[in-house]
Amino acid sequence: MKLIIAIIKPFKLEEVREALTDIGVRGMMVTEVKGFGSQSGHTEIYRGAEYAVNFVPKVKIELVIPAAMADHAVQTITKTAQTGKIGDGKIFVLDVQQAIRVRTGETDADAI
Amino acid sequence: MNTLTKLVLPGALIAVPAMGIAQEDTVTSGINASTDTVFILNSLLFLIGGFLVFWMAAGFAMLEAGLVRSKNVTMQLMKNVALFSLAAIFYYLIGYNLMYPGGSWSFDGILSGVWGPGVLEAVGVAAADADDYSYASTGSDFFFQLMFCATTASIVSGTLAERIKLWPFLIFVIVLTGLIYPVQASWKWGEGFLDQAGFLDFAGSTVVHSVGGWAALTGALILGPRIGKYNKEGKTVPIPGSNLTLATLGTFILWLGWFGFNGGSQLAMGTVGNVADVSRIFANTNTAAAGGAIAAMIVSQIMFKKPDLTMTLNGALAGLVSITAEPLTPSLGAATLIGMAGGVIVVFAIPFMDKLKIDDVVGAIPVHLICGIWGTIAVVFTNSEASLGTQLYAILVVGVFTAVVSGIVWLILKAVMGLRVDEETEINGLDMAELGMEAYPEFTNG
Repeated sequence: MKLIIAIIKPFKLEEVREALTDIGVRGMMVTEVKGFGSQSGHTEIYRGAEYAVNFVPKVKIELVIPAAMADHAVQTITKTAQTGKIGDGKIFVLDVQQAIRVRTGETDADAI
Repeated sequence: MNTLTKLVLPGALIAVPAMGIAQEDTVTSGINASTDTVFILNSLLFLIGGFLVFWMAAGFAMLEAGLVRSKNVTMQLMKNVALFSLAAIFYYLIGYNLMYPGGSWSFDGILSGVWGPGVLEAVGVAAADADDYSYASTGSDFFFQLMFCATTASIVSGTLAERIKLWPFLIFVIVLTGLIYPVQASWKWGEGFLDQAGFLDFAGSTVVHSVGGWAALTGALILGPRIGKYNKEGKTVPIPGSNLTLATLGTFILWLGWFGFNGGSQLAMGTVGNVADVSRIFANTNTAAAGGAIAAMIVSQIMFKKPDLTMTLNGALAGLVSITAEPLTPSLGAATLIGMAGGVIVVFAIPFMDKLKIDDVVGAIPVHLICGIWGTIAVVFTNSEASLGTQLYAILVVGVFTAVVSGIVWLILKAVMGLRVDEETEINGLDMAELGMEAYPEFTNG
């Protein structure tokens, strides 16, 4: 099993969700986050005074899927969330040791 | 405000018997309303104008609640409801008679000789016993004038938000509404020396708005900026407001209330001429606000690459303040231009205040003080009775008086009880530290 953490532009969330559902992903967690990467924020003006927005709003998607699906899922997210402009985001893939479904006690592949 | 012309003809006819369908046939032009009718209509104008101006208190409360951070919203609301209520009581106790001496001066044209609470007419007063049967009821006049006094105090609370202690602020409000405002207002509207000098200020660009602005400015200078507003390099750090929806609602409420503010200041509605003038004032007031909003939106787009909503809201209010000194004589076009100039002024004045390190949370000083001065000067463009010299003289006299007296009161309060909350309170927010309650307790973080 793999945990895929993808940080993407918020406006791409719906598209990414649809694309992942289409390839058979059955669940995900979504969090609104703020942060910075190579984009390193930007400046805005409020009442005539310039200020730095150091943390840019992003959406973090987390999904746990069978290892065999991981590459496909990563490609799908990359393709869907890409605009080619700075700030498109990052994807991290981690190993998952165990998964349990709370309702039934099923484990690992049966649980996800 | 306009001097009332007595237009009532003795024994004038009224077309009462054939009201309704046949009305048009029976009303003959040139027949004036009876004394009773004029009394009723004038009083009605004061009452309608008064409750519209009352509603401006709601506008100020919402505007300020929207432009402070959520950790200070409850305190800002508390100050707004308390300042209005204190203004109502102290204007009754001494303010009303200080403002309208009715010819009895302690010092001629400078200080009223009538010290004491306002007194209304008896219940169910007969025409013959009315204080001024040829004009309007005392109660309606008191109610209307009180609302203007409260407006002056509302202006101050926005500027000093997020750092001033509740009680010293409220004590200042008592002095402002019981003494400072009524005394200087008597110079113009109580037929004092500025009125005799020919100073024109129809609904109070100077008498109301600049006075609030001067009191706010001296308060801001003595109180100092909020922690974190200006960084070590001296650059301005914006502190965005918590709720621009409320700020916009507040601006529209103020815009609505201003029809009472300016329209009611015609002070009479008993003749065709007066009603036409009130209508003209409504239309001019509205177009000046629109001009101010559009000008601020466009100028902020040009200067900052994006139109700034808070400045656009300030622009609408700037247009309203600018037209308040003379909402009657301008044409619709001239009124729009006067308002637009106000809108341009605020967009430049807000960053300028920041350059001077004067922290004005809601922009009340640019809107009410600077545009109040502009509006008072702008009278000379459309009213041939106005003289630039007299207008400037009055701006100066009222400004110096208000700034000096306010400054003394602020400094005494600072020495006796302190004006500012401590650093920890300011950072944690005044709501929890001073009131123990939050405006949005179910939200996770301000």
